[in-house]
Amino acid sequence: MANKLNIVEAVNQALMNEMEKDETIVVYGEDVGVEGGVFRATVNLQKKFGKDRVFDTPLAESAIVGTAVGMAINGLKPVVELQFMGFSYPAFNQIISHVARMRNRSRGRYTLPMVIRAPYGGGIRALEHHSESTEALYAHIPGLKVVIPSTPYDTKGLLIAAIRDPDPVIFLEPKRIYRAFRQEIPEETYELPIGKAKVVEEGEDITVITWGAMVRDVQKASEMVKEKGIYPEIIDLRTISPMDRETFIESVKKTGRAVIVHEAPKTLGVGAEIVAIINEKAFLYLEAPPTRVTGFDTTFPLPRGEKHYIPSPERIAKTIEDVVKF
Amino acid sequence: MRFEDCNPIGDKHYRILDFEGNVIREEDIPSFSDEELLYLYWTMLFSRTIDEKNISYQRQGRMLTYAPNIGQEATQVGSAYAMEKNDWLVPSYRELGAWLIKGVPLKNIFLYWYGNEWGSHMPEGVRVLPISVPIASQLQHATGIGMANNIKGEKNVVVTYVGDGGTSQGDFHEALNFAAVFKAPVVFIIQNNQYAISLPRKVQTASETLAQKAIAYGMPGILVDGNDIFAMYSATKEAIERAREGGGPTLIEAYTYRLGAHTTSDDPTKYREDEEVEKWKEKDPILRFKKYLKNKGILTEEWEENTKKELEKEVTSTFEEIENKSDTLIEDIFKYHYETMPPHLEEQLEDYKSFLEGGR
Ligand SMILES: Cc1ncc(C[n+]2csc(CCOP(=O)(O)OP(=O)(O)O)c2C)c(N)n1
Repeated sequence: MANKLNIVEAVNQALMNEMEKDETIVVYGEDVGVEGGVFRATVNLQKKFGKDRVFDTPLAESAIVGTAVGMAINGLKPVVELQFMGFSYPAFNQIISHVARMRNRSRGRYTLPMVIRAPYGGGIRALEHHSESTEALYAHIPGLKVVIPSTPYDTKGLLIAAIRDPDPVIFLEPKRIYRAFRQEIPEETYELPIGKAKVVEEGEDITVITWGAMVRDVQKASEMVKEKGIYPEIIDLRTISPMDRETFIESVKKTGRAVIVHEAPKTLGVGAEIVAIINEKAFLYLEAPPTRVTGFDTTFPLPRGEKHYIPSPERIAKTIEDVVKF
Repeated sequence: MRFEDCNPIGDKHYRILDFEGNVIREEDIPSFSDEELLYLYWTMLFSRTIDEKNISYQRQGRMLTYAPNIGQEATQVGSAYAMEKNDWLVPSYRELGAWLIKGVPLKNIFLYWYGNEWGSHMPEGVRVLPISVPIASQLQHATGIGMANNIKGEKNVVVTYVGDGGTSQGDFHEALNFAAVFKAPVVFIIQNNQYAISLPRKVQTASETLAQKAIAYGMPGILVDGNDIFAMYSATKEAIERAREGGGPTLIEAYTYRLGAHTTSDDPTKYREDEEVEKWKEKDPILRFKKYLKNKGILTEEWEENTKKELEKEVTSTFEEIENKSDTLIEDIFKYHYETMPPHLEEQLEDYKSFLEGGR
């Protein structure tokens, strides 16, 4: 049977599949039960699995994450939703002080198989705080895994892997492309490895490293530069932490050039780390300085300005050309 | 009846023993055997001995910063003794008496305060979470454990502790609110020791009592004389039983006093008068319980002297056992962040090891 899903539907199907197989999984957060989530990612879950396993909570992110810590210690696998990444900060203390540390603090006595899901990123003409990409904040913290899918197929496989992972995973969903396209994906459950990047397009001239909603913009930029005879190799990082360094290092060794594209601000963003790794591991192969195309070091603008903030395919294409011509 | 009698608004403390160790609520006296009574007293002495030894080790430069519990033994020992083996203890950092009752080995306690994570590796079957330093954050974990019990249909109860200062944190509010909404089987115990480092209780909140906060969350609350071990036991026992039967959470304010410093790095003379401390020394929970036990003819001076000597010996030998053998293994620093060590951590570990070996 055809199973053509978009990204939100892939989230939903991953949860359906896994909850059926594993009774210890519980799903909760703000408006996730009766309503099925503001983006409908958890729709029908409560109907299917009951109010014990899928429920609405009072409006408090620190408690959503903090109680998940207790649940995970007590034998459940909580998959909690934070309504928007911009509202994950009330839970910051719980995430950094406890979610990330419990295994190490107790020398493995207490572990936290749990997932924190949150839609992230801009481009949906939303109110303030609904557009940010602060994955670097979480990727900086030892003990967390940070995963960002970019396709329905990857979303399902990676979310299932995140749920099965013995360690806590921050699972960030690119809401700009939640419904952008559908993909034929297996109906049954399958897993994609966390910590593995994917070569989206092979090429010889330059390596472009990106993730989340930006993958599609990079693909558009790639079409533009191909017309000028430049063939980029596009790498979708998929896991921000722990990062698959090998895949992009090998690629940069082949192409000698690298561009990193992300929506988040430039300074101390994930791109900065990638540049540092390239310098440490592939310096002698470089033909040009590794270069970043990113959001600005400004607050994410309200909708009237957001088209300037998110790197456009044109901006990305221009940088690719500049780095190739360097 | 305890809870009905002691409306949390107002300063009426739930109390079974008066300051002289006389029984003032005969009907509420727990039915302990003599052995149990002595075991409780023994645990209070054990706790006091560990505190005193740690303070002296710290002064000798043999122990790191330490947070003593002196004056709060009845609060901790009394409440924890109401727990069953399978009940969970979710502590902050000042619950030594409760840890001892729950079976945390002394070695773990020393290792923790001496700066080694293995101290927080509780033995199998000891349902105690590690010390939680960010104030009040642990309450959320307690609520989560309780919610999980409800989901799994298990009858375990969670007992968790927080200081008077901790009641000002957002996590205090969120944890109590969630616990009440989801009827989580959690007993929240505020150790109101009158100070949060230097800040007196009166400046922490404009509420008349801390126990009255229970009303806003829709759960029972009670203000208990925290230096009365029987009152602490009985109130906690009732709360635990209610929780076990599906009645949801309870808030207990244990009214007590920190006789010592906040930690060994703190100088309490900067913020409180000696007179006040002296007045509270007369209300020392160990003294009160001792008077009761002596009146009953259960405790002899000889037993007490021998016990103190034995405890001192045990504490000294356990500390000496770990003192020179507690350095952290380099591998351990890296090994416990994920179930499988990711390549970048492996690389950092290997680099550091080869640096130490003079490799580069
Ligand atoms: C979130 C947070 N802020 C500040 C501190 C530093 N600090 C440690 S103990 C303490 C006072 C706590 O007082 P209280 O809750 O009354 O507990 P007590 O120490 O008296 O047992 C403070 C401010 C901390 N550990 N966590």
